[in-house]
Amino acid sequence: MKAIIQFLIMIALWLLLTWSLQPADVIAGIVISILTVALMGNIFLDKAARLFNPIRLFWGILYIPYLLWYILIANFDVAYRVLNPAMPIRPGIVKIKTCLETEMGKTFLANSITLTPGTLTVDIIGQDLYIHWINVKYDNDIEAQSYEIAGKFERILRRIFE
Amino acid sequence: MSETIGYIMITVGVLFDVLGCVGLVRLPDVYNRLQAATKCVTLGTCLILFGVAVMGFGSGQNAMAVKSLICAAFVLITSPTGAHALARGSHKAGVPLWQGSVIDQYQEYEETKS
Repeated sequence: MKAIIQFLIMIALWLLLTWSLQPADVIAGIVISILTVALMGNIFLDKAARLFNPIRLFWGILYIPYLLWYILIANFDVAYRVLNPAMPIRPGIVKIKTCLETEMGKTFLANSITLTPGTLTVDIIGQDLYIHWINVKYDNDIEAQSYEIAGKFERILRRIFE
Repeated sequence: MSETIGYIMITVGVLFDVLGCVGLVRLPDVYNRLQAATKCVTLGTCLILFGVAVMGFGSGQNAMAVKSLICAAFVLITSPTGAHALARGSHKAGVPLWQGSVIDQYQEYEETKS
C-alpha cells in the first residue's frame, strides 16, 4: 500500500516534469519510479495513507497561504534588520518544546520555523527543538518561547499530521 | 497583461534576493547569515519562479509554467532543510556564536550529554 502511494506520487511528478504522454517517456517514467521506490522506499513517511483523509487535506491546503503570509512577514523583518544601520539583533540559541509526536509533523514544524521571522531550527532531539533566534525576547522561559515560536504552527499541524 | 505581472514578480523576487545578499555581507556570524540567506532567498527565488509560471500560462507554454511551479515547491522544502543541516553542522564543528549572542542552550545540552 505504502509502495503504491509512493509510486503514484513519483509517476505524477515525472509526468508533470516531462509534460508529454508519448509511450517512450511514460515507460521511462514507470521504470525510474519503480527503481526509486525500490531504492529509497524505506525513508518515506510511515502513515502516508491517512494524509488523504479529506479533513487533513483541507487543513493542509489551508496551511499553504498561512505559511506564505508568515514567510512574507519574515522577509520584511530580515530586510528591516539588515538595512537598519544600527542592526538591531540580539541572537542566541534557545530550546523549545513541541507537542507534535509524528516525525513528519516535527519535520514540517522545523521547516516552517526556519522560514518564519527571525528563527532557524538548529536541531531536533526528541520533543525538544533548538532554535537560533535573531532577537531573543525571554531569558530562559521555555513555555513563553515555545508559544511565541511554535504555537502558531502547532495549532494547524496538529490537525494535519497527528 | 500576464507578461507585465510576470515581470513585476520577477523584479520583486530579484530585489528580495539582493536583500538576502546584503544580509549575508552585513550580519556577524554563520547562524545570522543563514537566517538572511534562507528567508530572503527562498521568497525571492519562489517569486521569480511564480513570475515565470504566470508568463508561461499567459503565453500558452504550460510545460514551462508547470515545471517552474514544481521547482518552487522543491525550493520551499529543501531550502530550510539545507539551512538546518548547515547550522547543525557548524555548531557540531565548533563554530562559535557572535560575541553579542545572549544565550546558547544547545551548547548546554551538548555539555550535559558528554
